[in-house]
This record gives sequence, C-alpha cells and structure tokens, in this order.
Amino acid sequence: MRPFAGGNGVFTFILRRLLYSIPVLIAASFIIFTFVSISGDPLTGLRLNPHVRPATIHHIEERKHLDKPLIVQYGYWVKDAVFHGFGTTVLGDEPIGPDLTRVFGNTLQLIVAAELISILLAIGIGVYSAVRQYSPFDYTATTFSFIGFSTPIFWLALIAQMLVIRLNTATNTHFLFVSQLNSSTYTNFWVDRLEHLILPVCILAIAEIAAFSRYMRASMLEVINSDYVRTARAKGLSERKVIFKHAFRNALIPLVTVVALNFGALFGGAIVTETIFSLDGMGLYFIHALGDRDVYPIMAWLMVTAVIVIVFNLVADVLYGLLDPRIRYE
Amino acid sequence: MTEQIPDDPQASGATPEERPAVPEGGPTGRPLGPGIHPHAGSTDPGLQAPPGVDASTSALEDIEREGLEFKARTQWQLARRRFFRHKLAMASLVVLFLIFLAALLAPHLTPYKFDQINLNDIGVGPTLVGRHFFGTDQLGRDYFTRVLYGIRTSARVALLVAVLSTFIGTVVGALAGYYRGWVDNLLMRFVDLLLTLPGLAILLTASALLGQGSPYRVGIILALLFWTPLARVVRGTFLSLREKEFVEAARALGASDKRIMFRHMLPNSMGPIIVNATLVIAEAILIEAVLSFLGFGIQPPTPALGALIADGETSMQTFWWLVTFPGLTIVAICLCVNFIGDGLRDALDPTQRRLRA
Repeated sequence: MRPFAGGNGVFTFILRRLLYSIPVLIAASFIIFTFVSISGDPLTGLRLNPHVRPATIHHIEERKHLDKPLIVQYGYWVKDAVFHGFGTTVLGDEPIGPDLTRVFGNTLQLIVAAELISILLAIGIGVYSAVRQYSPFDYTATTFSFIGFSTPIFWLALIAQMLVIRLNTATNTHFLFVSQLNSSTYTNFWVDRLEHLILPVCILAIAEIAAFSRYMRASMLEVINSDYVRTARAKGLSERKVIFKHAFRNALIPLVTVVALNFGALFGGAIVTETIFSLDGMGLYFIHALGDRDVYPIMAWLMVTAVIVIVFNLVADVLYGLLDPRIRYE
Repeated sequence: MTEQIPDDPQASGATPEERPAVPEGGPTGRPLGPGIHPHAGSTDPGLQAPPGVDASTSALEDIEREGLEFKARTQWQLARRRFFRHKLAMASLVVLFLIFLAALLAPHLTPYKFDQINLNDIGVGPTLVGRHFFGTDQLGRDYFTRVLYGIRTSARVALLVAVLSTFIGTVVGALAGYYRGWVDNLLMRFVDLLLTLPGLAILLTASALLGQGSPYRVGIILALLFWTPLARVVRGTFLSLREKEFVEAARALGASDKRIMFRHMLPNSMGPIIVNATLVIAEAILIEAVLSFLGFGIQPPTPALGALIADGETSMQTFWWLVTFPGLTIVAICLCVNFIGDGLRDALDPTQRRLRA
C-alpha cells in the first residue's frame, strides 16, 4: 500500500485500493456473519414467549433459512444484501434499506455539524497555542484537552442533560431539548430540529476539539520552526503575513488527514451520543439491532460503516498526497 | 500502509521543542546505551537519518561487546531522572497510587458492603453523616463503597487489557518487522482488516455475544482489539532497527533470530511500548465504562464504574450524585494515567505522539 507516484497515478492508486478492499470486505462480512450467527439466537425471546405458536417460529426460521447450514445462510444473506438492499429484519420482516437510509441522513446532520464546529474552533485554539507557545492560553488549552481525552463522553452528555433539564425547569422554558430529533408538535421543522441537535452536537464536538487542537498545535509548531518560515521572516514580511500566508496553510495539511479519518470513524463512533440523546441515527439503530441479536440489520450496519471507513481512509491518503507533493514514494 | 506518513500524522507533527529531550549521540560523540536508541521512538523509517549520519551506531557495537548491563542501566537512569522531573506526571502517580490504595483497602475504609441494601437511607445526598461521601442510591446502597469496588473491577480489566494487548502487539509487530516478506504481509493485512471494522461496534457486538458480563471476558475481548496500533509501531521500529549495524554485528557473531529480536532489538523498542501500555490503561477504562453503560459490558452484581453511571441515570434528576461521582472518578483516574503517559513519553520516547479519543 503506497501512495500514488504522481500525475495520472492517482486513478491507478484509487482503483488499486478499492479493488484491494473488496476481498477485505468479503472476508470481514463472512467472519462477522459467522460470529454473530453462532453466538446469538434472535428468536430466543419468541421461543420463550408462550403466546407465540411454534408454527410462527418455524415460519420465521424457514423464511430466513435459519435451519440451513451456516454457509448457506451466508449465501442467502449475500443475495439479499446485493439484490434486495440488505433484505429484511429477522424478527419483524421489516425492510432494512429504507430504515438505514433514514438514520444515515440523521447521523450525517449530527456529525457534519459537530465536525464543522470542532474543526473551526480547534484550528483557532491550535494556531493561537502554537504562536503563543507556553503562554497562559497555551497551558489552559493543553490542560483542557487532557481533561477532554480523559472524560467519558457519555457521562459528559448525561451531566449536560441534567443541567439543561434543571435550567429548563428553573426558567420554565423549553429552549433546548435533551432527547430525540423533533418534538411531536412544532412550528418550524428546522428550528425545532436545531433546538434538538444543539446539545448532542456540542457534546460530540468537545471530544473532537480536544484531539484536533493538539494536532493543529503540534503541526503549527513544526511549521513555525521550519526554514522557509525563517526565510519569510528574514525577508522582512510582517508577522501576520508569515503566520497566515506561509505557516498556517502548510500546517493545515496534517489536520486534513486526521479529520478525514475521523469523519469516517465517527459514523460508527456516534453510537454513545445517539443512544443517550435518543437520536434516530445510525448508532441507535445499531444498538437496537444488537439488543435483538438480529443478524441482518447488524450485518447491514457494519457493512455500510466499513465501506465509509474504507472510503475516508482512501480520501485521507489521496488528499495528503495531493496537498503535500513531498509525500511521493516509489 | 504503515510506511507512509498519512497513517501517522503525529510522527511528523512532533513538536520541535520536545526534540532536544532525545539524547542525540551524534554531536557530542557520547555513546548511547542500548537501553534507548535515538530512533527507537520513530515509527516512520522514512524520517530516519541516513545510515552514515548516525555516529552512535559504531559506539553501540562497542557497548554490545563490553559492559552491556552497566550502560543500559545508566540510560534507564537518565530516563527515570527525566520522568521524576516531570512534576505533573509525578503528582499524578501519587494521586493514582492513593486512588488504587483506597480501592484495595475498600473493606477497611467503609462500614458498608457494596451490595448492602439499607431501606432507611434511600437517596441520601453526599454527606459525612454515616460516611455516605458519595450519597446512597434508590436502594440505600452506599455509593462511595460501590465506586471503590467499581475501581477494583475497572482496574482489573484495564491491567488485563494493557498486559495482553502489549504482549500481542509486541510479538506481532516484532515478527512482521523482523521477518518482513510474507510474514509481514499476512500479519499487516490482518491488522488492516481489524482497523477497517468500526471498533466500538465490533467491541459492542463481541461483548454482547461473548462477554457474558464477566470482567475477564470483557478484558480479553478489549485486548484482542486493542493491540493493532502497537503492532504497527513495533513493526516500524523493528524495520528500521534491523538495518542497524549492531544488529548486523549480532548476526555476524552467530546470534539466533530469537536472541537478536528479544535481546538486541526489543530493548531498543521499549520506549514506545511502555508509553503505549500506559495509555491503553486509560483507553480501556473509558471503553469498558462505555460498554458497561450501554449494558453490553460488565453486568451486575459486579460493580463497574460505567454500570454505576447507568444505574444512576434513571433517577439522575433527583439523585444527581449517582451519575456525578462515578464519572468524576473515571475522569480522575484517566487524567492521572494520561499525565503519567505524557511524562513517560517525554522521558522515554519524545518523538512519538498519538491520538487518544
């Protein structure tokens, strides 16, 4: 796995990486399918329920081929995944595709907002920390990012919920909401959505800011101490020009990679935030599927997320090569 | 994937002011002991100085032949002195020691058992009366006691994860970096596969289906997914170390592969390994808390910090202390571990930085 050599090598590189990820995905899907199937029975609840007739259970088993050998079950799953939009859930026979599309859109709103806020703030904090290295601001930012690394996000979310509810009761208002994406009644859909999203977006952004600002600071420090910045200063450019025209742009390059990788990972990583705020997103969908031990939605979710991770890893590598011409091996 | 910079932006992002902390053998001509090699921390062979520049390597050969033990000790002493000078890390070490001591002495510190129900003291707030420092829950159980026992569980899981994942990561990375070729390809493709999967989801699936609420099972599952970053770091270190003259010398003297790997190369890679093991403890505590909170980790009656927060969630509007104190405990432990890790990195491995999410 090497970055492209340059020029039209970009497309060869992308193609090679995409082709390479196909066997990886197939292997991963088979391993997970086997693993989920042999270790959990989605019908346990139904079997224990005296009101469910054995015929019903038998019918589900037949419909999902649960009585067949594992490899045959996997074959049926692949067929469903490819031709029928991941098929239907084992338990309710509900189509997975439409549900997944809906939660995907909701998660997208959440993480794009969180990512935008955290990038902007982290760049500001990181650059200022680096320019004023060892200043009180720098020390404060460092301390806060350490606290950010060490705080469980779910706990922070709960504390925030608790405080907002207290605030709402104390002031008898309903400015912020602590769960779900929309109220049952609203005057303006998007204003209502915004009021629901502010809290989860902030919580999600806090962890990102802690990580990104450290990267930005380190990267900016490296650039500030490099030769061409010294040259720029020696030429007599104003400090402002040196920092923003020469140093800042180049310091952004490593951050691009980190953000791209992180964006891919967040689709799976927003699980906790979505669960606590009961947001109808990818994470909550996964938790419900996992609670049901329902192999079809679990598999669908994992496949979609794995593809996103692969794509964003690729984006990160390609962007890095495009932005920094020094990174050309071979 | 490993040999390119995009995979490891931190390697290039190491702040310059931290660099002088590395004892560079070159300019002064002072030989470096085998304890820490100047490049031991770098994960990227592409960033290495060209072979001719490194003046310390010939000196290393001399040390290999002469008193290896003595020189190694001085090098570790230097690292120790650097660590002791890191005030924040030292303070954290003391605080962490006190926290764990309190957890160990839990039966002597509180008059309650962690599952002792007391219906006369339901929902008592944090108070010194009756030594309910963290209050009591819906069943009148003392939360200070439960948190202390929760620390025990979390610490046990975290240590298991740290030891196991460090072992697996080191062995896999060493084999891949030393033998290269098909061994490297096979192992690293497997690492790629593990990294392709969404980590938290896989952990949740695995502990939901296999964990069965036992701390040891949860610890093993975490370790099986936590070793991959270390394997990449160790592989990178080994890839560059195997080209060094002291390894060549050892080979020329007829040392076996095993001896070269574990006697010559491993001690030179200890810096990043130790730092990684420390930071894994903090990560493991955080992830275990998430798993237990979501109900897929450690199950009651075993008290775990994440599960304690989950227990308190239902009544957090009336009994705010049930959520607040277990969480603060996690923050305190992880903050200490991260500061210690930072101090260790400055002392042992100043070129490496990594993302902790």
